[in-house]
Amino acid sequence: MSTALEHPTYNYTVVRQFAIMTVVWGIVGMLLGVVLAAQLVWPELNLGLPWTSFGRLRPLHTNAVIFAFGGSALFATSYYVVQRTCQTRLFSDKLAAFTFWGWQAVILSAVISLPLGYTTTKEYAELEWPINILIAAVWISYAIVFLMTIKLRKTSHIYVANWFFAAFILTVAVLHIVNNAAIPVTAMYSTSIYAGTIDAMVQWWYGHNAVGFFLTAGFLGMMYYFVPKQAERPIYSYRLSIVHFWALIMVYMWAGPHHLHYTALPNWAQSLGMIMSIILLAPSWGGMINGMMTLSGAWHKLRTDPTLRFLVVALSFYGMSTFEGPMMAVKTVNALSHYTDWTIGHVHAGALGWVAMITIGSMYHLIPRLFGRTEMHSVNLIAVHFWLATIGTVLYIAAMWVNGILQGLMWRAINADGTLMYTFVESVEASGPGYIVRLIGGLCWVAGMLIMAYNVTMTVKRSDAADARQPLAQTA
Amino acid sequence: MDTGTFRGIITGLLIIAFLGLTFWAYSKRRKPDFDEAANLPFADDQPSFDEERPSTDDTRTSSDDRRRDTDPRHGGPQENQGDKNT
Repeated sequence: MSTALEHPTYNYTVVRQFAIMTVVWGIVGMLLGVVLAAQLVWPELNLGLPWTSFGRLRPLHTNAVIFAFGGSALFATSYYVVQRTCQTRLFSDKLAAFTFWGWQAVILSAVISLPLGYTTTKEYAELEWPINILIAAVWISYAIVFLMTIKLRKTSHIYVANWFFAAFILTVAVLHIVNNAAIPVTAMYSTSIYAGTIDAMVQWWYGHNAVGFFLTAGFLGMMYYFVPKQAERPIYSYRLSIVHFWALIMVYMWAGPHHLHYTALPNWAQSLGMIMSIILLAPSWGGMINGMMTLSGAWHKLRTDPTLRFLVVALSFYGMSTFEGPMMAVKTVNALSHYTDWTIGHVHAGALGWVAMITIGSMYHLIPRLFGRTEMHSVNLIAVHFWLATIGTVLYIAAMWVNGILQGLMWRAINADGTLMYTFVESVEASGPGYIVRLIGGLCWVAGMLIMAYNVTMTVKRSDAADARQPLAQTA
Repeated sequence: MDTGTFRGIITGLLIIAFLGLTFWAYSKRRKPDFDEAANLPFADDQPSFDEERPSTDDTRTSSDDRRRDTDPRHGGPQENQGDKNT
């Protein structure tokens, strides 16, 4: 990589590293998702091996897309945004480099330990205790780099995006440490210090706030910087962004019990989780409207700018899934939807529609700038990627809605004498067509990511070539 | 004080805090500060800051600066920053 790309003020090296790894881990994680989708259509694809069985690859998929793809994207954008809006260099280059290499080490340990069957069995927190200690070390370093950079800022304000990033970093540190508190038994086995229902409640306090802070607050930080930048106008209402921030972080913490409806959790805790989930609609939509309205007077840009299209469609899916979520948290709806494919569809409306799309839009804005270019190698390929991603998401969630409601209705159908109308395997058989449509949606996504990888490679290559040709022009 | 009363008081305090925050955020006095903050994503594209960063071309024109001065909604992205992907 050419030294002519080094920014005089900012540390772009670590941002570039994380940005490239976002694309790499995006492909890996989504490819794993496609393999799993194919296994549900053709179960023989587990090859009869323990390492490639659904139960071991599934946590690898979730960890790869959430923590490897999403995590790398959050590191890249938060380091970029905090430097540019605070107009100062990262607090420590060495500590920032440690967060990059440490995070990649965490991901590699997941890639090795999960297929081998090492798991705590806590969803989205499957990694065993030695890896958890490394995660904590990396995360605390991340918090130090980020917060100290804010402290060193040359501007008087802390831009709202940094508030969201800071809340995400601090909360994830607390969530990770509390939920993974465990007693080590052997080098790769531990037991949780919580027992029974309390363990379940701690797990879903963690699990839902992983959604709320890792997959929402962090990516809202991205939204508050990259949507205004790409639309070339300030956020619609800065006041609304402040109310949005505080309302979101005050309410999200209490919504976790909706994952435990109709379980051993006390009924009042279930009802509390349901009510807080419904209240959550207000701040979520406040944020969505704030992002959308930023485009007022600039809607025509959507015709020509596929990057902006990614960002705006991400906001649409955010609005849709933050409506769907509170609805599914209502106990009567949950009685139908829980344990069905509807849940998986809802997660992917958020994960593909919101998280991945806002990430990809941000990356298409970020990557050319990191490599000293004005735009990506091919804008047309961004448009192709956009359509593949949008069609893939729609196919995926539509298939899961159909499957989920089908399963929910079949499971609860009873004959006049009170016996079940269908066996479980009949509902699995009925889900077959939906699984095929889901696989097609997933393939659209992977195809789009491969196109992105090609586009990014060409962008990086052309910037190297340009540096070699005109080294002096860079300093003009 | 029993637990229920305590929880009630906490809920009341949180509502007051939230309303206070909303009134603070929407007060007229805060407007100029917030306008400045809202333009932070564009602030480091200003020419004075920009001189020390590598620039890929030199097509900046004075009309960019004029536009920024007259219209805060176009608060700063420069053509040579590549903000248009088209």
